[in-house]
Amino acid sequence: MTHSTPDVILQTQDLTKSFKGFTAVSGVNLSIQRGHIHALIGPNGAGKTTVFNLLTKFLKPTSGKILFNSEDITKLEPAAIARKGVIRSFQISAVFPHLTVLENVRIALQRKEGTSFHFWKHESTLNRLNDKAVDLLDSVGLSDFASTVTVDLSYGRKRALEIATTLAVEPELMLLDEPTQGMGHEDVGLVTELIKTVSKNRTILMVEHNLQVVSRLADRITVLQRGSILTEGNYQEVSNNPEVREAYLGSEIETEHKHSAEVAS
Amino acid sequence: MNNLKLNILLLIIAVIAPAVFYPVFLAKILCFALFACAFNLLLGYAGLLSFGHAAFLGTGGYVTGYLMINTGLSPEIAIILGMVAGGILGAIFGKLAVKREGIYFAMVTLALAQLVFFFYLQAPFTNGEDGLQGVPRGAIFGLIDLSNNYTMYYFVLAIFILGYWIINRTVHSPFGQVLKAIRENEDRAISLGYEVNRYKWVAFIISAALASLAGSTKALVFNLASLTDVHWHMSGEVILMTLVGGVGTILGPILGAGIVVSMQNYLSGGELGNYIHIIMGFVFVVCVLSFRSGIVGQLLKFKRNNF
Ligand SMILES: Nc1ncnc2c1ncn2[C@@H]1O[C@H](COP(=O)(O)OP(=O)(O)OP(=O)(O)O)[C@@H](O)[C@H]1O
Ligand SMILES: [Mg+2]
Repeated sequence: MTHSTPDVILQTQDLTKSFKGFTAVSGVNLSIQRGHIHALIGPNGAGKTTVFNLLTKFLKPTSGKILFNSEDITKLEPAAIARKGVIRSFQISAVFPHLTVLENVRIALQRKEGTSFHFWKHESTLNRLNDKAVDLLDSVGLSDFASTVTVDLSYGRKRALEIATTLAVEPELMLLDEPTQGMGHEDVGLVTELIKTVSKNRTILMVEHNLQVVSRLADRITVLQRGSILTEGNYQEVSNNPEVREAYLGSEIETEHKHSAEVAS
Repeated sequence: MNNLKLNILLLIIAVIAPAVFYPVFLAKILCFALFACAFNLLLGYAGLLSFGHAAFLGTGGYVTGYLMINTGLSPEIAIILGMVAGGILGAIFGKLAVKREGIYFAMVTLALAQLVFFFYLQAPFTNGEDGLQGVPRGAIFGLIDLSNNYTMYYFVLAIFILGYWIINRTVHSPFGQVLKAIRENEDRAISLGYEVNRYKWVAFIISAALASLAGSTKALVFNLASLTDVHWHMSGEVILMTLVGGVGTILGPILGAGIVVSMQNYLSGGELGNYIHIIMGFVFVVCVLSFRSGIVGQLLKFKRNNF
């Protein structure tokens, strides 16, 4: 019996969000399996970012429930949800621009030290975290940039830094909102591999427009349309669903198939 | 290292300055410099614009002044109690204000400070428009008599150094790191698990307590605690000092305070006295338009680009 129930890390029950009469997210029942990379896709304005904002309580749900490890977290504050191990990234890059790359990661490591309110201690007491921070930077290929002021990094590297910062808090569940958005071809490849690497022993829920990335990474895909779930399944199932093709993916899948056919021939 | 040298140089200047300038004038600059540094801790390092800091300067002054007149406490105790009172007031202000963002934060602090102003205007112990006059300076530990202006100046200098050190340490502490992160990207700080409002609140209390320390000290220097210090003009003036000198720099507010206090002193005596607000406003506009990071911020930029 136990082996037949998949281990669900995050679940939503009828999650709904209305903005002054406009329902951006409507009765969404998500179920994320532990260890999966789960992709949330859908056309612009489908409500993907809003779902992220609800899961992390940056927005309050109008109705519905959120369960993390079977515990109801619907009423928690955003910082409390983060401390439970649900760490999000943002659609626009979210770094601390005028801190160094090393300091960015150290901020994340620092919280568990329990000295974050100690205004009487010198910041050099944080240096003991440096080795760990450099290790994390190494894992995303940024260790050479440790002392760079973050604002000077390229866009792709900023996103890699975000991932390192997120990893620093050892999240149980990572929520990535379009990690490859606005990137050149090369960076997309790098970040895809990076996500693949860090997904070991973790669960990731990601919003992604780039279908190649989705097909490469996702174990399971949920398609959102006008705030509701259209369908769910693996890449094969989803991309063969006629409704999905019609509603959103059609043209893109065809062009992509054509593209891969061209590459193959 | 460079910073250490600069600090030592400044210290030497501060120690010998009374040989050239009137010590009460210098003490006034130091009081306002401390006030501006305390304010800058919030604006420069936590990104919070308070428009109510006069309430803390004034509270420090009234509490210390009242205690010096009516009890036999020695000045260091009266100053500490003034600072504690300001810190408590800051805890209340902060609790209500940190929930708001941007301009709403400023408006909440302004509204609360106006409330405090009217309280002091009406309360019997403040003597209303006349203020608390003839505040005795007393003797530190009952031993060192402060009635001599030179002694007073060095006492103020010691307090200033203490306050300056606390601010410096706060900025360069684990707590300061989190504050900077919140200033840089609040949502990201939240998403890493930081309860940002609690950090802002603690910063607000430290800032308020040090602003009160400045007010307490000032009351002793001038033997006076009056409504001027709680008026919203004063909240505006400290913003001016900080922006002119350089927000988010350690030395900027000190320089800004020096410039503003000197201008007021020299202008108010002369025939330009009636135009003082216009002139100050003009200086402010010129500064903000031509170097947005303030004088010290501009110098730092120049140094970065040329050395
Ligand atoms: N704070 C808000 N107030 C009002 N409407 C909002 C708010 N946030 C989002 N919306 C609306 O909700 C809908 C869903 O937006 P959301 O940002 O979740 O879409 P998305 O799927 O992330 O789109 P994209 O692919 O463009 O990022 C949009 O119509 C948007 O205008
Ligand atoms: Mg979005």
